[in-house]
Amino acid sequence: MCGLVGICDTGGTRHSGEDVMRAMALQHDRGNGLGAGYAGHGIYPELPDHYALHLLFENRAALERTEAFIDAYYELERAEAIPTRRTDGIGKAPLLWRYFVQPNAKKLSDSGQREDDYVVYGVMHINTHFDGATVVSSGKNMGVFKGVGFPEEIGHFYRIEEYGAHTWVAHNRFPTNSQAWWGGAHPFSLLDFSLVHNGELSSYGINARYIKQFGYVCTLFTDTEVATYLFDLLVRRHGLSFEDACAALAPPLWSAIDAMEPAARERATLMRDIYGSAMLNGPFAIVLGTNSGMVAFNDRVKLRPLVAAVSGDLVAVGSEESSLLEVLNTPDYVWAPKAGEPVIARVGQPFDITTATLHTTAERSAA
Amino acid sequence: MINYLQPEFHVDIDYDRCHKCGRCAGQCGWGVYSFVERPLPDDAKCRACHRCVTFCPAHCITIKRSDLAYRENPNWPIRARKGVWRQAASGGVLLTSMGSDAPRGSIFDALTLDACQVTNPSIDPLREPMETRTVIGKRPRALGERVPKDWAGRLTLSTPILFAPMSFGSVSLNVHKSMAMAAKRLGTFMNTGEGGLHADLYPYQDNVIVQVASGRFGVTPEYLERGAAIEIKVGQGAKPGIGGHLPGEKINAEVSTTRMIPQGTDAISPAPHHDIYSIEDLRQLIYSLKEASGYKPVGVKIAAVHNVGAIASGIVRAGADYVYLDGMNGGTGAAPAVIRDHVGIPVELALAVVDQRLRDEGIRNEASIIVAGSIKSSADLAKALALGADAVALGSATLLALGCHLCQSCHTGCCSWGLTTQKPELTRRLDPEEGAQRLVNLVSAWTHELQEILGALGVNAVESLRGSRDRLRAIGLDAQTCEILGVAPAGR
Repeated sequence: MCGLVGICDTGGTRHSGEDVMRAMALQHDRGNGLGAGYAGHGIYPELPDHYALHLLFENRAALERTEAFIDAYYELERAEAIPTRRTDGIGKAPLLWRYFVQPNAKKLSDSGQREDDYVVYGVMHINTHFDGATVVSSGKNMGVFKGVGFPEEIGHFYRIEEYGAHTWVAHNRFPTNSQAWWGGAHPFSLLDFSLVHNGELSSYGINARYIKQFGYVCTLFTDTEVATYLFDLLVRRHGLSFEDACAALAPPLWSAIDAMEPAARERATLMRDIYGSAMLNGPFAIVLGTNSGMVAFNDRVKLRPLVAAVSGDLVAVGSEESSLLEVLNTPDYVWAPKAGEPVIARVGQPFDITTATLHTTAERSAA
Repeated sequence: MINYLQPEFHVDIDYDRCHKCGRCAGQCGWGVYSFVERPLPDDAKCRACHRCVTFCPAHCITIKRSDLAYRENPNWPIRARKGVWRQAASGGVLLTSMGSDAPRGSIFDALTLDACQVTNPSIDPLREPMETRTVIGKRPRALGERVPKDWAGRLTLSTPILFAPMSFGSVSLNVHKSMAMAAKRLGTFMNTGEGGLHADLYPYQDNVIVQVASGRFGVTPEYLERGAAIEIKVGQGAKPGIGGHLPGEKINAEVSTTRMIPQGTDAISPAPHHDIYSIEDLRQLIYSLKEASGYKPVGVKIAAVHNVGAIASGIVRAGADYVYLDGMNGGTGAAPAVIRDHVGIPVELALAVVDQRLRDEGIRNEASIIVAGSIKSSADLAKALALGADAVALGSATLLALGCHLCQSCHTGCCSWGLTTQKPELTRRLDPEEGAQRLVNLVSAWTHELQEILGALGVNAVESLRGSRDRLRAIGLDAQTCEILGVAPAGR
């Protein structure tokens, strides 16, 4: 059991982290104090074109090795300790730093890589080679703040209310598979994607082997990491829309595919053929935060809770309806998305309610 | 020359209960029984195929292992001594059939599967969908990727189980008919083996993979066009590097027509394909077959040998749509015992190596992997999938389902169960309709069990088990074997 929340303002207005923190605090009991975190998209408007590398270091040596690597391969605009404050309930924290960087032009050109692949390679290199160093997030104009504690404690610790974001995702953790450590809290992030997850990927073994073929190395001892990399592969590298990516990761049943019109059937069949090893199987609710909005979806048979609500420009998703009502006073719609049916909110576009299946009396319209 | 062998079995008849009906004598394909008022068995001819035991109305026959004592000598097991006696009498190669009986054990048996408890729920296949559909063939790396036209064809199976290649000639037409009907009903495929496609199977051709082996028996443009896919047979797990020899006695009129060879002549499959002396030759044959057939999927079957990873990689790069790996415990209709028992490697290791190799090279999407070589149960099936197989093929299990009792005497052509023989009085014992039903039953039962396993693993589609090696643990395997399998020891 874990708790999650995602809030996106499709109008692009930036909101303080206070709301998302309140929504998470209401799901206190869905975690056990062993991990919580937040990702804000749009939080660094003063340096929107720099990669904001959020790092945690277990020791000084890891920090020094990583900084030497950053100096060698990136142009550093700014380096600073991530602001925190002393918080009851938060034990000894690792060293928490952020670096605003651009790839070194010559090194980038020598590498022959695309700029974003160059950054991904750097992230994988730090995570796999520098013992005690973990890249928490690496996107532009976004950042992840996470650690061991309850969500209200972690939010207070990181001064979350001081940041403004158009999209927030947040998580409260009840770890089952791996021991609690700061890097193991959600969200998991790569480039502009941040991802929180309630559940367990029973397909993790093949997902990790599949993603490894494309150069992604799972190092964080948790299944959620692989889902983050899968979104990066499918959306950024394979160019799939968020709709297609969700259909690849939680595909329709064959019986549903067989009943489709011929063209749709052929495409859905091909997608399962291609992305069978990427299918996320087992119980999950996932919320993906991006610089362009938010995507939330469930596993193919909905074995984890996920509720969605819309109030004007605000689209919110979460494990519990009560936490959404905490921040959206009188929502226009509240519904439980069907298994595998994604909720996709895009900044700059009003939410399309026709993409949601509203099918029971519990899913009511205030209108 | 007198054979110095002693009978292996003792046919024990309880004459007090015997009806004296003579059915045992009628059923035995080996001529064990003479009948003078009551059945009189010749122990030396008995193969322990249990046909007489099964059909004795009085249940008064028991086949016993001969309890003849031999002087103990661990360095000279009886098996070795008998080999020497037989060869001293015959001067020939020791022939045998079916899979190896060398006591090596099975790696599958040393692997255990995972299950869900608490943190992720198991799924009940009686209540939830549980998908076993499997697609064999090439697929693009990404949606929207342009692919060559020879990538188009794929085979869709309702369950990741096929019938393994067994040629008409080595087995009877009724065996072929049973497999063809079952494949059609199940939504999977049978495989002709190297003996051509009999006209009676044309109605089932959409569920038939046609094989092209070194003897090229029955291979015509029409044959290639009829098959749903084409398989180039390079090797067989039971006899890697060895050709085939179907004795003339098995080449009756029907076999002769189907194979396109004169009646009564021996059908010799050369050890190599005489147009494949290296990998580029294989590529030419693959593309010739694709051209000739309008771009049907073309698979390549090889025996699991020491360097199988590199060989399979070459096969995929040569354009094959699937690689069929046949392990050293695989069956055969006839093979020299020395080859069957001592050449090749187990399929579990070959599969692990090939799947990893294709992933390392980034070409796993370009071919599916079918494995065979002693898949004995749905547990073996599930473990093979977890190691990375797309599907398994059943040869020995298919024959067992049709009545075979593994007496290892296929090469004699006297099969009492009517399977590996062309004698009409024996082949008529298998009713294809009933045979098909037995095969449908077997595959359906294993599919149900696979669904139970998937549900216990907490996944509802077979692709989430395929290659998911962290759902396996090893008990009692050494560290290096675990590393090759990519499987952690139990407890870790």
